[in-house]
Amino acid sequence: MTITKRQLLQLARIPEVLVFSTIQPVMFVLLFRFVFGGSIQTGQPGGYVQLLMPGIFVQTVAFTLAATAVGLAEDMKKGLIDRFRSLPISRGAVVIGRTFGDALLNILVLTVMAAAGYAVGWRPTSGGLSIFLAFLFLFMFGYALSWIGIYVGLAVKEARTVQSVGFLVTFPLTFLSNAFAPTTGMPKALQYFAEWNPVSTMVAACRQLFGLKNEFGATATSWPSQHPLETSLLYMVVLMVVFIPLSIRKYKNTSN
Amino acid sequence: MKSIIAEHLVKTYRNGEVRALDDLSLDVEEGTVLSVLGPNGAGKTSTVRILATLLKPDSGNATVAGIDVAKHPDKVRELIGLSGQYAAVDETLTGWDNLVMFGRLYHLGKAASVKRAEQLLERFSLTDSARRPIKTYSGGMRRRLDLAASLIVQPKVLFLDEPTTGLDPRGRQEMWGVIQELVKGGVTLLLTTQYLEEADQLADEIAVIDHGKVIARGTSDALKKQVGGERLEITVENSDITHTQEIVARISGTALHTDVRTISAPVSTGSVALMEALRALDEAKIHPLDISLKRPSLDDVFLSLTGHVAEDEVAADSVKKKRGGKK
Repeated sequence: MTITKRQLLQLARIPEVLVFSTIQPVMFVLLFRFVFGGSIQTGQPGGYVQLLMPGIFVQTVAFTLAATAVGLAEDMKKGLIDRFRSLPISRGAVVIGRTFGDALLNILVLTVMAAAGYAVGWRPTSGGLSIFLAFLFLFMFGYALSWIGIYVGLAVKEARTVQSVGFLVTFPLTFLSNAFAPTTGMPKALQYFAEWNPVSTMVAACRQLFGLKNEFGATATSWPSQHPLETSLLYMVVLMVVFIPLSIRKYKNTSN
Repeated sequence: MKSIIAEHLVKTYRNGEVRALDDLSLDVEEGTVLSVLGPNGAGKTSTVRILATLLKPDSGNATVAGIDVAKHPDKVRELIGLSGQYAAVDETLTGWDNLVMFGRLYHLGKAASVKRAEQLLERFSLTDSARRPIKTYSGGMRRRLDLAASLIVQPKVLFLDEPTTGLDPRGRQEMWGVIQELVKGGVTLLLTTQYLEEADQLADEIAVIDHGKVIARGTSDALKKQVGGERLEITVENSDITHTQEIVARISGTALHTDVRTISAPVSTGSVALMEALRALDEAKIHPLDISLKRPSLDDVFLSLTGHVAEDEVAADSVKKKRGGKK
């Protein structure tokens, strides 16, 4: 808990970080809304922004992976992790605390983005419970990815390299998906990848929960596009089951 | 009672290619200061990391306050404080934030953490800058805060890994003062350093290590004696060098060392030899520019033990070797 609090305190001491970590997704909302919004035709009432918002939400939480990894790598480099490891605290506490901190930041960022989306015409049509469930999914997805971030941060160690690795993973994942454009325009092999891409299933799940038809899903016959909620949940559970113990183990065994 | 015991520690890196610790053994009596002195890469940090439960040795045992570090690391962690080569504090937070955070991590209550933080800030003269982020601190202030963070629960055994590396002379002096104060409180301290002067100033005993082994051990005085007694050093004008050499050779009876205009030789009779030299020089109408009786410095100790000089000279050495290799 203290580790989590430290991260929140960091945000309070350097508010710039908070400002920029929310400005970036808001910028994405505005850019995509006004650059692509006009030219991409959708059959949805309310236009492209309805499809776009779930995509941007998922993209933003996907970047948690890099954020967690970079934060951890920086702490390692400065020797802070050594110090933590010499304290009489449970060895999992440091990494668990960090994932909580990043998750809390996600709540804030998602809230700001939802407000920005609303301002440019995003109107979810489903009920309150579904909308809440969608945000819960997003939150969980970010949390699961945070654990991969822990592993990457510990494995790569150098903050700048971690940053590049993080983006190298998250960029293709978010773009080779149904997040911003229909997958039907992609080459067959990529389509296949995009259908199974957890980002796509997450986006599809959110669209469904926000009360949209999932138009950007490719072949409606594939299992993940028909069951986005189940697939996404499965991905999250698998990621956490694999990476939580793996990352904690890695942390315990890590020494510079 | 021994507070720290390390026996036959071996630690290799890169699958045995690098032998950081090669059968290293040492112990520290409770309430005393042992300085582990050695050049970069001698194995100082590996030793500290093993004793502070951060690293597992390939073989060998170590106990801290009677507790095996490999078997009960959690118990050891409750008793030790560690301050490393880098100031391991959160730079974006203030000094106050950091100390309160570490208090909380040591399971102190909120009020107790705040109280302890304020005590420590006061003690290390950081009260005025308590509310500023660490990144605005000077190097010396950072180190002091880092040290404060390792003292939150009043550890029985404290490890300081090169506490003054990278500090300017003033910062170093300040840090020495702080450490000397600390030692009066009765903590057992293991301090690593590559500065001979620092070991001389702070430690009750010194263990000189090189290539992962303890190569000498004792008080600063004992180590100096090991190298030999005092040296007579006389600096004269060029025209007087030969004559002076003859005089010194007669008094010392052993090998002379001449460095430009300075003649130096080991003597066993101390000040008597000095007087003798002065009288002989006076008779010969030689006026020395400088004359002194020198006790060996720890630098001399280090040189004679390891065959190389501590610190920077090591780097210069390896350059020479590379050049030599090209021939």
